[in-house]
Amino acid sequence: MEAFINGIGIISPQKTFDTTDFLSEVIEHNSKCLACVEPSYKEFLNPTLARRMARIIKMSIAASSVCFKDAKVEMPDAIMTGTALGCLEDTEKFLLAIIENDEQFLTPTSFIQSTHNTVSAQIALQLKCMNYNFTYVHKGFSFESAVLDALMTLAEGEAKNILVGGHDEMTDKYYRVCDRIGYWKAEDSVPTMELINSKTSGSIGGEGASFFILSNAKSDSSYAKLLGVKNIYKPESNQEVEIKITELLTANSLTANDIDVVVYGNNGDGRFDKTYTHLQNNLLKNSTATYFKHLCGEYQTAGSFALWLAAKVLKTQTIPSAILMGENKSKSIKHLLIYNTFLDVDHSVYLLSQC
Amino acid sequence: MGVISAIGNNVAESLTSLEAMKSGIGTLENVTSRHKEIVPVGEVKSTNEELTVLAGLKPAEQSTRTALLGLIAAQEAVKSAGITNIKEFRTGIISATSVGGMGMTENLWYQYLDTKISGDWLKYIEAHECGDSTEFIADHLGVKEYLSTISTACSSSANAIMFGARLIKHGILDRVIVGGTDSMARFTINGFMTLMILDKEQCKPFDASRQGLNLGEGAGFIVIESEKASKGKEIYAELSGYGNSNDAYHQTASSPDGAGAYLAMEKAFKISGLKPSDIDYINAHGTGTAINDLSEGTAIDRLFSKNVPSISSTKAYTGHTLGACAAIEAIFSILAIKHNEIFPNLNYKTPMEELSFKPTTVLEKNKKIDHVLSNSFGFGGNTSALIFSRHQKN
Repeated sequence: MEAFINGIGIISPQKTFDTTDFLSEVIEHNSKCLACVEPSYKEFLNPTLARRMARIIKMSIAASSVCFKDAKVEMPDAIMTGTALGCLEDTEKFLLAIIENDEQFLTPTSFIQSTHNTVSAQIALQLKCMNYNFTYVHKGFSFESAVLDALMTLAEGEAKNILVGGHDEMTDKYYRVCDRIGYWKAEDSVPTMELINSKTSGSIGGEGASFFILSNAKSDSSYAKLLGVKNIYKPESNQEVEIKITELLTANSLTANDIDVVVYGNNGDGRFDKTYTHLQNNLLKNSTATYFKHLCGEYQTAGSFALWLAAKVLKTQTIPSAILMGENKSKSIKHLLIYNTFLDVDHSVYLLSQC
Repeated sequence: MGVISAIGNNVAESLTSLEAMKSGIGTLENVTSRHKEIVPVGEVKSTNEELTVLAGLKPAEQSTRTALLGLIAAQEAVKSAGITNIKEFRTGIISATSVGGMGMTENLWYQYLDTKISGDWLKYIEAHECGDSTEFIADHLGVKEYLSTISTACSSSANAIMFGARLIKHGILDRVIVGGTDSMARFTINGFMTLMILDKEQCKPFDASRQGLNLGEGAGFIVIESEKASKGKEIYAELSGYGNSNDAYHQTASSPDGAGAYLAMEKAFKISGLKPSDIDYINAHGTGTAINDLSEGTAIDRLFSKNVPSISSTKAYTGHTLGACAAIEAIFSILAIKHNEIFPNLNYKTPMEELSFKPTTVLEKNKKIDHVLSNSFGFGGNTSALIFSRHQKN
């Protein structure tokens, strides 16, 4: 199974919306919750429609539009998205209306837009795309499930170009709710570039909408080749993780020594970095180590930000200094791994190559 | 197979109710709502504490209603598949849900935001996420190889069945537990009320005077095994076809001609290699709303060139169980094959003049049922169709 990443559109807490740029300017957030840098939506949505739409829907429609343009694809053969929380803002809005009005005088708009499949449905509706349409909602495996589905669908010969997206939004209230169960750091603020050195518990919140065109053939716009994705649920040991990574490498006739760069999901939470540290010191010790969550924050579908980063590194053959964990050991970058976990429960690994 | 809904806590009880034409629609008991007297529902008549006991858990292990219903159905499915060692084969779980842990969130939201109080209930914060019920079920069953959760509104668990089957086809898993679970919540009751598609009486699928749907709750899981893992076992049925499409017409309403529904069924036939005339029974989505039944019926009429086989909707038994309905109805479809019978469409009197067919209204026994088509459609235009066939021994 393999796929070419032929187009990208991404809205994140960094200036990623311009597909030609690659972190030429890193926004140094000094906050515990990173919000997306949003574009003007005028170009993508008519204002009447946009007014009724929650932020995550607008971000996703804009990001997917850029993605189609980047890949020169007008109509995808399938749409697959991953989101852990769906449309949080509309969900909260309808929930509060129920509680505060004691189940009376409610209007349907926020209920209609609260379902987890709203984004993939809205994209289909805008395009009048009647093809395969799926929404995965499994915490830290949401986006990875969509990617695997796309790889399987391409292998089945059922599609040429697939839109794959990962999207989750943060709201003020949800941030506060998650704070109660230790998701975020207790410190008043954490400067972006110091997150990696933090050893205290908790991370910083994030959000994003990232869309990709995964295709069965290389094109002028190809970024990289995706060779596989594997999920590891609650690994019991470092050995189990190494076995799974090795399986993925072996299936592609590679060894750990072939991996030039690894993108790690370190999020500054001292409780959850043991797998990253182990891999960096053992199986993947010869690879250049990079990280990304200081740029986008921690959220369930942050793997989609990592995939953008990986695709950019492979295409441009550059590693911005802002993502380096140590020294840059790579002269040329042929193979790259992403290793990420959400709360040390859902672990995932992606393998990519230059194309 | 394992199932729990308003008509029974397991497969045997469900079959008895289906054959006896006994609906599970009644008055809401386990959720506090001002609409209790107005809106009949298909509720599982057990409290969360009782469900915890039914699942064989200690009181401290109690989770959301969605997770408990799911675990009970999944436990029955694993048992009925004769699985004694879950680690013997690479086993995964693909579940589906639309509300996830909303049933708890809607009660605890203000407590969560009040930092002055805390308690054991804080565990329900993470349980809000759809994937949480799947991890709860997986942990109790010892499933580890692959987990995922799907939410495509009312077609969710058809897609879970489809995705699980494809994981086996691609050799990623040997065995997969697929299905869905959803519990009653004020959130959905009020949501559907604002859309004005809830019937104030028992729903009447495909009847000209239909007024809307009844909400339900429940869970259904099926164990799908590769040839290797199923060796020597009794095989209830094969999943011979599946199709997924999008109506791309409106966020909540189906298109009048059922274009998405038609495409999903057409794809399922293509995968299965079967012709419409091979189908012995259609378990329709048939929610009882004006729009769904017209849209679905029109698509069926077109696909079957108005030679529609026996057809019924079982929604008037269970209510519309949203993310779980396709899995529950997949089990009813498999029961139709296993017992060679067709479960009647309750509450039907007056034909819809737009459609060529009338649903089956009495229990039809001793009918040879080899192939069943089961439809599921949801908000967001998500349309799915599955075809189950009698297992052909090689």
